Amino acid sequence: MTTVATGLATRDLLGIRDLSAPEIELILQTAFAMKEIGTRPIKKVPTLRGRTIVNLFFENSTRTRMSFELAEKRLSADTLGMTTAGSSVSKGETLLDTARTLEAMSPDMIVIRHGSSGAPHQLARICRASIVNAGDGTNEHPTQALLDAFTMLEHKGRLAGLKVAIVGDLLHSRVFRSNVLLLTKMGAEVRACAPPTLVPPGLRAMGLHVTSSLDEAVSGADVVMMLRLQLERMQGLFLPSMREYFTLFGLTPRVLERAASDVIVMHPGPMNRGVEIDSEVADGPWSVILDQVANGVAVRMAVLYLLAGGEGEGGDK
Amino acid sequence: MQVLLKGVHVVDPANGRNGECDVLVEGDRIARVGRDIPVGDARVVELPRGCLVTPGLIDIHVHLREPGQEHKETIATGTASAVAGGFTAVACMPNTTPVNDSASVTEFILKRAAEANLARVYPIGAVSMGSKGGQLTEVGDLVKAGCVAITDDGRPVETALLMRRALEYASMFGIPVVNHCEDPSLKGDGVVHESPTTSMLGLKGIPGAAESIMVERDVSVAELTGGRVHIAHMSARQSLRAVRDGKARGVAVTAEVCPHHFLLTDSALTGGRAYDTNFKMNPPLREEADRAAMIEGLQDGSIDAIVTDHAPHHADEKALEFDHAPFGIVGLETAVSLCLDRLVHAGLISMTRMVELLSPNPARVLGLPGGAITEGRPADLTILAPDAPVTVRASTFKSKGRNTPFEGWTLKGAVAATIVGGRAVYVNEPVLGRASL
Repeated sequence: MTTVATGLATRDLLGIRDLSAPEIELILQTAFAMKEIGTRPIKKVPTLRGRTIVNLFFENSTRTRMSFELAEKRLSADTLGMTTAGSSVSKGETLLDTARTLEAMSPDMIVIRHGSSGAPHQLARICRASIVNAGDGTNEHPTQALLDAFTMLEHKGRLAGLKVAIVGDLLHSRVFRSNVLLLTKMGAEVRACAPPTLVPPGLRAMGLHVTSSLDEAVSGADVVMMLRLQLERMQGLFLPSMREYFTLFGLTPRVLERAASDVIVMHPGPMNRGVEIDSEVADGPWSVILDQVANGVAVRMAVLYLLAGGEGEGGDK
Repeated sequence: MQVLLKGVHVVDPANGRNGECDVLVEGDRIARVGRDIPVGDARVVELPRGCLVTPGLIDIHVHLREPGQEHKETIATGTASAVAGGFTAVACMPNTTPVNDSASVTEFILKRAAEANLARVYPIGAVSMGSKGGQLTEVGDLVKAGCVAITDDGRPVETALLMRRALEYASMFGIPVVNHCEDPSLKGDGVVHESPTTSMLGLKGIPGAAESIMVERDVSVAELTGGRVHIAHMSARQSLRAVRDGKARGVAVTAEVCPHHFLLTDSALTGGRAYDTNFKMNPPLREEADRAAMIEGLQDGSIDAIVTDHAPHHADEKALEFDHAPFGIVGLETAVSLCLDRLVHAGLISMTRMVELLSPNPARVLGLPGGAITEGRPADLTILAPDAPVTVRASTFKSKGRNTPFEGWTLKGAVAATIVGGRAVYVNEPVLGRASL
């Protein structure tokens, strides 16, 4: 392992963009300790007793919200949730007013998911509470990238030098952006694979291997990460049909034959079976998809613990 | 009453003047310009060392928001902002509520401008009723009421056919069609320039080609019709190429650029001010190659005018999520200092060229009076203090809008005073010192 930080430099987790490699190492190492707690008969520690965490979800989410809630409860924090679909504009109260209202109740942390990129950053500029980004628009989903890295580490023992193919709707994916940032910081080799209509501009300039050939992306890969084809974001003229998408980009056992013999297959969920991934792969021996879910709790416990001060004093906002 | 500006440095490109002389103002007119004008009965004004006298600056692209959006700006606050920024005249865009698509709205704007009695206001009427891209407005009526051009600004003239008819029809009145060039299908719901930088921020992009495709089209349609087209707030390097090509072929095309497009790039959206909506405007901040191209266009003459696209919004509107906040920034009270500091003092263009871009050229583009210090013409003058330091503070703006990306910038170059029709409508006392206008 590389250098490990002794604490996080900021009191917010807005994105992988703001984390250094030693900070990422610290979170991942802390997550290993947190995972052990989940194996005990009594899965609870008093670490965050008396701390208040608000889960503010402006987008429907089941797994991320439940994962955060479970992480908070295992650390004994007091939690309350607010889920509201749609933007603050349609609600009649602005995001910043909602945030100020919550602030008046003195929470220690606010976990936010929002459909607009940058909403957590705007919140962080006015809130005393630590802000944790649980997914903002098409920008970042940092805890997902951390749990993905944790899962890779568990199975491969390293991140540096790993060949990771990320396949699917790269353009609309915050999971992709956070994973690219994290994996390149940690020295992994990322291949990005999508039809050209779903490739964000400038990926090659970032030094990524970009291809529209699934065979090429998967060839020799240690990890294949399939992204959800975000049907709800499919507007415009991105793809002719789901059928053709599966033909060209669906992950099947046949395609996986080109990967490293011990390849693992990942997916942030929820999966569209038969669209981006064949059920035989999703349920097959390569799949670590349910490990990802389990690890999500441990990684989020680590993040909350470290943001609350961890072993060090935490940073100033 | 006569006022003699004695031994002042005059920069008046239209009359080929750049040097010390006297300017005699009588009532609302320039009475004489020259050396050693006898004082006679005139009150003599001496300006502090280093001050320059230029023809009144003219901004041909502002949004005054009245009627209908008075919470953002009024004609009174907008023209107060203009004169504080050194502009003696502004041309205002028709995207008010209602749209300025009829003589009655034009007359209302001019009535309010007369009441405010600060900067001269030249309304620009709509191309189509409600700026909806359908029926042409009664352009003859609009011109008779005082409109100096037509545009559907805020939106493009979407179809080539409407552009063709607008150019043909407007040519009957000798006015240009101003177009906000942007292909709506390529723009989609983009909020920033499409680039690697903004893509990694998860913000939807508008490619430069969304603009240049329509600039290329408009150059072709102007060529077809012989009409006069003016490209509003040009931002993309491909658009500049299209304008250059058109000019080289003798097409009647002119273009303007805003300070933020030759000073800032999309990299401003990263770091400490990530997702700050004061960097959200349309067209968006583009990339370095575009910014550099705009400077080149200012230097080589392919860009005719500097404008602000002054677009005030209420702070509550700008406090929304980046996706939902409105496009636009204020510009009237920062443009001149930005030009002096970042163009002239930076050695990119001469003082004469800067004045050209801010006064005679915009006057020529819209066929406005002004742009020169000429005997017998209205005494519209701007007095600049090119070496005076300025720190941008939105809280001190005369505009209702506080939405500037330049907050806190320290610049060299201030507006010392603004004179409209012989009357000092703005005086920057700390800069002007004892000189009494």
